[in-house]
Amino acid sequence: MGVLDSKVPPGPLAEKWTNHKNEINLVNPANKRNIDVIVVGTGLAGASAAATLAELGYNVKTFCYQDSPRRAHSIAAQGGINAAKNYQGDGDSVYRLFYDTIKGGDYRSREANVYRLAEVSTNIIDQCVAQGVPFAREYGGLLDNRSFGGVLVSRTFYAKGQTGQQLLLGAYAAMNRQIQRGKIKSYTRHEMLDLVLVDGKARGIIARDLVSGELERHSAHAVVLATGGYGNLFFLSTYCMGANVMAAWKAHKRGAFFANPCFTQIHPTCIPVSGDHQSKLTLMSESLRNDGRIWVPKKLEDAQAIREGRLKPTELAEEDRDYYLERRYPAFGNLVPRDVASRAAKERCDAGFGVNKTGEAVYLDFDSAIMRYGREKALTSGMKNPDDATVRKLGEEVVEAKYGNLFQMYEKITDQNPYKTPMMIYPAVHYTMGGLWVDYNLMTTIPGCYAAGEANFSDHGANRLGASALMQGLADGYFVLPYTIGDYLSDDIRTGPIPTDIPEFDAAEKNVRDRINKLMSGNGKHSVDYYHKKLGKIMWNNCGMARNEKGLKEAIKEIAELREDFWANVKVPGSPDSKNQELEKAGRVADFLELGELFAMDALHRNESCGGHFREEYQTEEGEALRDDENFKYVAAWEYQGDPSKAQLHKEELVYENIEVKTRSYK
Amino acid sequence: MKLYLKIWRQKDANSKGAMVDYTLDGVESDMSFLEMLDVLNEELIEKGEDPIEFDHDCREGICGTCSLMINGRPHGPESLITVCQLHMRSFNDGDTIVIEPWRAKAFPVIKDLIVDRSSFDRIQQAGGYISVNTSGNPVDANAIPIEKDAADASFNAATCIGCGACVAACKNASAMLFTSAKVSQFALLPQGRVEAAERVQNMVRQMDIEGFGNCTNTGACEVECPKGISLENIARMNREYLSAIIKG
Repeated sequence: MGVLDSKVPPGPLAEKWTNHKNEINLVNPANKRNIDVIVVGTGLAGASAAATLAELGYNVKTFCYQDSPRRAHSIAAQGGINAAKNYQGDGDSVYRLFYDTIKGGDYRSREANVYRLAEVSTNIIDQCVAQGVPFAREYGGLLDNRSFGGVLVSRTFYAKGQTGQQLLLGAYAAMNRQIQRGKIKSYTRHEMLDLVLVDGKARGIIARDLVSGELERHSAHAVVLATGGYGNLFFLSTYCMGANVMAAWKAHKRGAFFANPCFTQIHPTCIPVSGDHQSKLTLMSESLRNDGRIWVPKKLEDAQAIREGRLKPTELAEEDRDYYLERRYPAFGNLVPRDVASRAAKERCDAGFGVNKTGEAVYLDFDSAIMRYGREKALTSGMKNPDDATVRKLGEEVVEAKYGNLFQMYEKITDQNPYKTPMMIYPAVHYTMGGLWVDYNLMTTIPGCYAAGEANFSDHGANRLGASALMQGLADGYFVLPYTIGDYLSDDIRTGPIPTDIPEFDAAEKNVRDRINKLMSGNGKHSVDYYHKKLGKIMWNNCGMARNEKGLKEAIKEIAELREDFWANVKVPGSPDSKNQELEKAGRVADFLELGELFAMDALHRNESCGGHFREEYQTEEGEALRDDENFKYVAAWEYQGDPSKAQLHKEELVYENIEVKTRSYK
Repeated sequence: MKLYLKIWRQKDANSKGAMVDYTLDGVESDMSFLEMLDVLNEELIEKGEDPIEFDHDCREGICGTCSLMINGRPHGPESLITVCQLHMRSFNDGDTIVIEPWRAKAFPVIKDLIVDRSSFDRIQQAGGYISVNTSGNPVDANAIPIEKDAADASFNAATCIGCGACVAACKNASAMLFTSAKVSQFALLPQGRVEAAERVQNMVRQMDIEGFGNCTNTGACEVECPKGISLENIARMNREYLSAIIKG
């Protein structure tokens, strides 16, 4: 196991980060001007890291495949960002946020990293407010908070249903300030196609200009990958269409270990699939679970009548509805964590109680919230004995103020009015907790190659609580990486610029060019999407919300076969020397076809259920996940050995010194 | 549904483009407009033709990447949505649909339906930020109380997704709605007031350098904006600009 050194600093948990910052090496401001850093990806983690590194004085180059950094998929996060501010005085603290996050992650995250995350969470809010992020406010002018799945306090800061958008615009603005100062050079419509190592250290990348098709060499003293997650390997997911694993996977093939790939979050509240043409799934914010009640019919015949359109959900009497989350988990009810809510929905639908045509949907019902808010509003407006219609109208106004944009979005997609009929939802792939293995400094197993935000593995364990992804992205980018990278770069103050006309860059560029030519020389039987959809089906059926040994073994075989077929028969039109979206997709799907196999191998070797990984063989009599701390309390970090099937497993044992590892119960 | 599509094809920025006719059968009403184009592209690839390139990413109406003129209107016939949120149920069997890229000098065509909107980035780089350091701000967030109405108004301006529909809708290809939304977000907040005068002048100057036209108060931008950004922002920007100039 000796390969993996987490570099977690010694000492009491609450002092680790402070002590570490005091002890690591610094780079003199004058020397920072001589050091170049590449940041790939400009979502929350990448944009905040780039802005902060540039402000510290490093020369930063950023890369994103979108036409502007402001379009990274962090914008789609709706609900909010957690911070242990305890503004509500409801007993929140750094320790409690740490505890909830560790427990929510099913004790498969690194204790010291999570504590640091909770510790810096409060700074994030200060930082963002100073930058002009328009968070929701109370009438007194102070910041408003709400609560989220998996916790019992209100610690979530939000900007209506578009918190991610506003936070990213804040980080993007900070980037713009540094671009204007000449400290950041922003390369848009560019994609990283390989990582260049010199003497074993990350020293640059090969990027493709997606407009001209030209391959470019960019060198730096360190490379930061903030490229998000790999959920798009399921084809259907809540990820944006362009999200890919390319940069992380190339780093993996160059020596960065890939950790816990099977830990993938299935989000419980997405709009269900409507047909074969579907290209992606849309998430409805988890914040809806604060007020929406989840149910399916109690009787199979009612469920069938609803599916066939003979019965409307609003016609079903209260006693004929099964509010299964409230029934099974009375303490948390509709606010149980995402993995629990997702599995419970699957369980009901598998048992035949699904409510849409395909039987894969449950209701998220706002009727009681509308009436409750309406009555309250009537009282505070001084109305005596208002009729039901008035109460409903008032209540709808309150709900509209809280969730209006989400309701509008739902109606646009489904053509149904969620004020009048309950929403239909079903779980979908949403976030990947696995990613590149990093140490406490966020460095991968390649010296000088860092991974931040969703691209790394360290903070979320096997499951992620709501409103914690934005927190990690910004914590890494604003507050962690800019410090820890200095420790490494302090050795580079005399290195000088890294040349790009050296054999290492020649070889990497040739490698990229050969691969592109190979992709374009397929036999031309099927489109890229054909393969992507096939891979997605294998993944969803065998590596989705529930997995078992047999299915995983089949998946491993099928993916390997599909990959072979892809390389022989894929059809990529056009030329490599111009804008070519099919070629872009082909390169990404080729990587997914490798990662998919590693994903299934990781899921197969982990003989336990925890968080987003539910192995059917390992469950309690009540159908709850059965963790095996004795044998699996470790990070599975895979080392590439020429082919996904030959990947070598390394283990980082997880040590919990400050927290008692318990069975996760939300009853 | 069977549809007759007239789509702008253009090889690259230097080539001449033209409208090309396509017929697509089997379109379902549940499909989004972009999914309809996906289906068409699959057919084209199958036939050995080059697929149509168009910009899109989140497909949830929030990233602002998708950018199509559909029958002469940015993001198509419905209001308050982007193309990815437009569904084929808004069309009828046998319809002819004309699909073009954004039309504006400051948005040059890259290929087919894709245009270059980096001018928007440069407008923001000219001053669309608050000059606060990113390395550990010491002021507690609640030490800056903000009146709820001001916070909400700032948020409403900040909901601009930078898609460029306002420019495409404008007969002068003006970027006033976009720029004013950015100016307003900060002008309405106490954090942004300190450098407000400098900000508005720099952003307006950059807007002109990029080749966007003037505003003649037609209001098409507001009508076509998928996020309902209000013309009030333009009025606010004009006031900000005037007072900045007067103060010198």
